[in-house]
Amino acid sequence: MIRVTRSAIVDAPIERVWAVLRDFNSHTAWHPVVAESAIENDEPSDQVGCVRSFTLKDGNHIREQLLALSDAEHVSTYCILDATLPMRRYVATVQLKRVTDGDRTFWHWQSTFDAPRGREQEFADLVGKGVYEGGFDGLRAFLRRRPGTPVTPGATNAPALRATAGDALSTQGIVVSRFGGPETLETRTLAVPPPGRGEVRIRHAAIGVNYIDVYVRTGEYPFIEPPAPPGMEAAGEVLDLGDGVTHLLPGDRVAYACAPPGAYVGVRTLPARHVVVLPDDIDAESAAALMLKGMTAEYLLHRSHAVRTGETLLVHAAAGGVGLLLCQWAKALGARVIGTVSTEDKARAARAAGCDAVIVGRDAAFATAVHDATAGRGADVIYDGLGRAAARENLAALAMCGHWICYGHATGAIEQLSLREIGEKSATVSSPVLFHYTDDPATLREMASRTFDALRRGLIRLDIRHRYPLAAAAQAHRDLESRRTIGPLVLLP
Amino acid sequence: MIKVYTSSVIEAPADAVWARIRDFNGLPSWTPFVAESRIEGNQPADRIGCVRNFRLKDGGMIREQLLTLSDYDYQCSYSILESPLGVDNYIATLKLTPVTDGNRTFAEWWAEFDCAPDREAELSRAIGQGVFQAGFDSLKTLVRR
Repeated sequence: MIRVTRSAIVDAPIERVWAVLRDFNSHTAWHPVVAESAIENDEPSDQVGCVRSFTLKDGNHIREQLLALSDAEHVSTYCILDATLPMRRYVATVQLKRVTDGDRTFWHWQSTFDAPRGREQEFADLVGKGVYEGGFDGLRAFLRRRPGTPVTPGATNAPALRATAGDALSTQGIVVSRFGGPETLETRTLAVPPPGRGEVRIRHAAIGVNYIDVYVRTGEYPFIEPPAPPGMEAAGEVLDLGDGVTHLLPGDRVAYACAPPGAYVGVRTLPARHVVVLPDDIDAESAAALMLKGMTAEYLLHRSHAVRTGETLLVHAAAGGVGLLLCQWAKALGARVIGTVSTEDKARAARAAGCDAVIVGRDAAFATAVHDATAGRGADVIYDGLGRAAARENLAALAMCGHWICYGHATGAIEQLSLREIGEKSATVSSPVLFHYTDDPATLREMASRTFDALRRGLIRLDIRHRYPLAAAAQAHRDLESRRTIGPLVLLP
Repeated sequence: MIKVYTSSVIEAPADAVWARIRDFNGLPSWTPFVAESRIEGNQPADRIGCVRNFRLKDGGMIREQLLTLSDYDYQCSYSILESPLGVDNYIATLKLTPVTDGNRTFAEWWAEFDCAPDREAELSRAIGQGVFQAGFDSLKTLVRR
């Protein structure tokens, strides 16, 4: 029998360390060798007897069962049920102890198991170094990345990852009192329920304002039933979590952009799968201003169509929130960008964002200008948020075998377009929706990560000129609808 | 019954720390508060059941009996037979655990005892900080690498 023991001191209070380790499915968040993990049969991750089924980054697969869990002794004992590694009778115990001298944590990790004769040392090292020592470093890095909210010593340990005893909180929010103009936005005091299973409760630090909020307010998009708050994106801090949430911790700085409407509030409970952890260098205002529009640009340039060097793109509303990001990012990807805008002011903004050519006009007659700018070839890709009124022109402006991407329809949805017309140019027509891309949590994290990285590397820029107190949401809507604003608008609770 | 628990990290291998503290008659050599000590009845200091009789630097006399000594677990426990502290049913345990990460030592020292309710806070502080933590602080200096 092989016995492996490793121990370490972690410079964090025991409550903080135990909040992570008592969750049998948390290892994907902090252990560097774990790729994916799930608790089988949808059981809670602190239910004794539950089984975690996980894949290591080297491709091995392991199923482990929780045998014992003690919040009193800070002990977790588990065994391997089956594995693609030849280890037998593996039983491991994690125990934490408080270091009263300095409020740190002693972490003891021990196991016994059998391995094939002659390979004992190999497996002792695999477990001791790869799993245990690697885990110590992984958890330390995880705690540095996400320092979390200090937990009061002596408080019960268990609730740190769970709903806090069902307390509703009260918050100030903006509701659409009835479908209509900006005047229908009213301040109300709202009750925020504690997070249920799969949910998270967040205190917002900044809320993004998007044109879709206007459609929600007027009822054009039937997403809410008044009175209810609008708002698609926000950033803030995790207050508490319901059961079954493994990728977040209380105190995490987070953002979301793809949840159901309801962001115009100080505190909100929502499904945790929409929420991503913010990198340290991305502040809440930037995240709230960028996430929805930035991830839209991300999927348009990388997923709906993977932009290649030398392609010519036509970007409509090039000075708009998404338009500016599309122009900047597409230029960084090596594309040639033609923008359309309505005014000379906006033309300047579009050129500053990197547009090679800008077409100014309100009459949706741009096909000739696009052909002029491309020696008669047309645009390889059209990013179209205009919709019905510009449909004929777009098809005319498209290059042979081009890709027309209708991601918005400001003038109404295109209802009549025949395959024969599309076939005349061997065109591809897409009608993508952001929420379909972000519905998969792994894809969402990739999209958010690439968007924040683009901001960090200067591929896209963010110039937040319009900040409003949350209570002035109606004014923010008036300004947005007047088309006077340039760049993103944020509300500050 | 109240429990006092103190723990610390000592920057030396557990073997080196244990060598200092396994001698049940060795308190004067590593604690700052014991002036002199002897084992009653000429017993060896590692014989289970032996009694150490020691004088504190403030003059108080204490008799303690060895209950457990484990070189395998780096652990010993003892009870107070007589003391001026005003405690009953006092049993204390001192335990070391190697910390493989950095080859150092996690040291724990705890006691359970009965006392007058209005003295619990005072005695917890006096024992947890004045005895256990003071002992650890002294060990840290003595075994410094």
